[in-house]
Amino acid sequence: MKKIYLSCLLLAPLFMNAQTEIDGIMMSKGNFCFGTIYQRSSWNKYWEGTFKRENLNFGTVSTKSVALMGNYGVSDNLNIIFSLPYVETKASAGTMGGAKGLQDISFTVKYMPFEKTIGKATYSLYALGGLSAPISDYPADYLPLSIGLKSKTASLRLMGDYQRGRFFTTLSGAYVKRANVTIHRNSYYTTEIHYTNEVALPNAISINYRIGYRSSRLIAEAVLDNWVTQSGGFDITTNNMPFLSNTMNALKIGVNTKYTLKKVPALSIIGGCNFVTEGRNVGQSNTFYGGLFYILNLKKTIQENEK
Amino acid sequence: MKNKVQKIACNSLLVLFLTLNYSCSDELTERNEQFPQLNPANTDLLAGSWKTFLLTAPNEFYLDPPIASSTPAFAREINEIKSYQASITPEQKKIIQYWSAGGVLRWNEIMRTLVARHNRPPYQNEDGTYPAPSGANPFANPQFPFSNPPYAARAYAYVSAAQYDAMVATWHYKKLYNRDAPFIVDATLPVLIPKSSLPSYPSEDAVLAGVTVELLKLLFPTEIAYIQEKAEEQKLYRIISGANVRSDVDAGIILGRKIAAKFIARAAADGTGAAIGNQALWTQLETLTAATGETPWKSLDIPARPPMLPLFGKVKSFLMTPEMVLASRPVPPPSTKSEQFAKELAEVKTNSKNATRKNMGIVTFWADGVGIHTPPGHWNAIAAEEFVAQNYSEVRWARNMALLNIAMMDAAISCWDAKYFYFNPRPYQMDPSIKTLTGIPNFPAYVSGHSTFSGAASAVLSHIIPAKAQNFSIMAKQASDSRLLGAIHYKSDCEKGLELGKKVGGFAVARASIDGAE
Repeated sequence: MKKIYLSCLLLAPLFMNAQTEIDGIMMSKGNFCFGTIYQRSSWNKYWEGTFKRENLNFGTVSTKSVALMGNYGVSDNLNIIFSLPYVETKASAGTMGGAKGLQDISFTVKYMPFEKTIGKATYSLYALGGLSAPISDYPADYLPLSIGLKSKTASLRLMGDYQRGRFFTTLSGAYVKRANVTIHRNSYYTTEIHYTNEVALPNAISINYRIGYRSSRLIAEAVLDNWVTQSGGFDITTNNMPFLSNTMNALKIGVNTKYTLKKVPALSIIGGCNFVTEGRNVGQSNTFYGGLFYILNLKKTIQENEK
Repeated sequence: MKNKVQKIACNSLLVLFLTLNYSCSDELTERNEQFPQLNPANTDLLAGSWKTFLLTAPNEFYLDPPIASSTPAFAREINEIKSYQASITPEQKKIIQYWSAGGVLRWNEIMRTLVARHNRPPYQNEDGTYPAPSGANPFANPQFPFSNPPYAARAYAYVSAAQYDAMVATWHYKKLYNRDAPFIVDATLPVLIPKSSLPSYPSEDAVLAGVTVELLKLLFPTEIAYIQEKAEEQKLYRIISGANVRSDVDAGIILGRKIAAKFIARAAADGTGAAIGNQALWTQLETLTAATGETPWKSLDIPARPPMLPLFGKVKSFLMTPEMVLASRPVPPPSTKSEQFAKELAEVKTNSKNATRKNMGIVTFWADGVGIHTPPGHWNAIAAEEFVAQNYSEVRWARNMALLNIAMMDAAISCWDAKYFYFNPRPYQMDPSIKTLTGIPNFPAYVSGHSTFSGAASAVLSHIIPAKAQNFSIMAKQASDSRLLGAIHYKSDCEKGLELGKKVGGFAVARASIDGAE
């Protein structure tokens, strides 16, 4: 058994604003871990279809977000995770104003049906079911400066983790179903004009691979993430505006770290970065983040109260 | 205990995911797919005498008389219909469903898509200059055309006016030759669309296909394959549905093409080709304005882009003489040094800073910027949905669309005349702290194009459907306001633009009352 049940979230901010807990670690029963992450992401080059370019009318487009997050251990192998980000966008050049607001709330149920230690190696399997929904009526139809795509999503991720000593590797794959989005126009163009205010977004597949070092004090890992939208999307044509139902693919590499304080073992600091290396109809973002998490043992608190 | 928790967790995950997958259907319901089959109560049998735009007479272009419906040749044409119907495919049924809503309507929709597809400003050269699209070399970079609002307004107007003249000629020949429709000659022939009591020679749909294809070849030369495919579908639909025989369709195409040639010749000489101007003119606009002591307009694009179609105000209108354009020109905008101007600039800034969700929605709804059918296209969409409910004959559809689009072309001409006569700056140029809620188009502020287009459209539509006049007026006002709310126009731009639009829309309204259709 892995000795790090008290580990807190190690969050890898994913493509666009989907932040899902996809590491091979569980909170143990009765523990509630909560905290906040600050993230800054920016790009000054993007892909118009496959054509990589800059746009001086936007300069550098940056997205700042602060997210509240929590993870509760219902049992040792069943966790419930939530996150709620506030997002602010800005373009460094041009006339267009940025946008800001509360974005999408997400809930993830993380379940570990299998864990087995053979010799020095531990194998575990996970299933993660996620739901997300916008909690404010922000305009999605304002790319590249909208704060999100405003789609309700449902995702199912299957994940396998292998740990030997303090070295581990995790592989997971998810299918993300994205619901239609309502916009403030009653017609819009994709490859022809659609006379409706509803936009169908292509679904997506996300593959995530991690490898690194994991102890009860320190976690350090390298991440490779690939987000690929499925059929139904289309490319931005030359000098056109992006649209929410574009094909949006991104291949990212990154690093995540987490350090748990020696003197205050309930407190941990996380930080990391990731970079888009290949994309289609997305910005070539560089993302940096940092956060603080604190663990409360609710079971113990309740027991103490009962005394 | 543990097993139970596991089971519950596992099952709920599965159920949750499956439910979501099924409940979130991606099917879109699009309004234009719900349009009923056209079945006009009034066929406008006498429309052959309505006043045309360019044709000197409805029979200016001769059309051969049809073969008699009693001949074996005609019987063979009916057999063609039957042989199609015997092996009709689901794809063909879809084509019938689509086109039977109306030919003028569907071509108008197709055109809106073409405008949207080509409404993209050219991408800059390495050295920061911009290449210009060229009709002579349409596939080069950038592709021809850049269907910006004036280009689009003119394109809609030419197609609509040509379709109208072509429909008047069609109605003339229908009445003249009075050939029965195939389902009247052969009462056993199944008809897949509502039966029209009109004579069927020539086919109105084929005339529409003939005239429209030729004009669209001129206006959107890179789209010919797409356009031709649509036209083939429309022709096939008439035959498979049993509405027309082959000779109705063939004659229609010939007549449509001949009429198109007249409009194409006019388009070549209407001044649009020269509207882009040249460096000398662009500089002159700046120096002339500076000489008056006012701040000349500057492009806010990076790199700076030449002004959009500065000579569009000189394009030849269908209804206005150059003297009428001049007489309609709005009074000067408030001087950039005036108190009034400072007040209006402050109002723009307030709108920019205090944008409510509701206002942002209004700005987005009417933005009609890059990559969509432009404000004239938006008004075509509004009109089309209203006209569907009116169940017009094709000739009346064409007439009403022509009046609307000629009015909006006149709006473009007079608005561009004012913009380049006054050449005044956008709010952001005067105060770069004003962040906008939508893109700033690359031309001077006074008067607002959206306001002028909307004023003209609402004037014409209110005349055509008086019961909805108040609605159109409210929509036009909101479209106009949206530019102030979006922080890209001053109040004067919007108010005077709306006024100008209503004024030039009046010319089309005047024409409507004397064209014989009312």
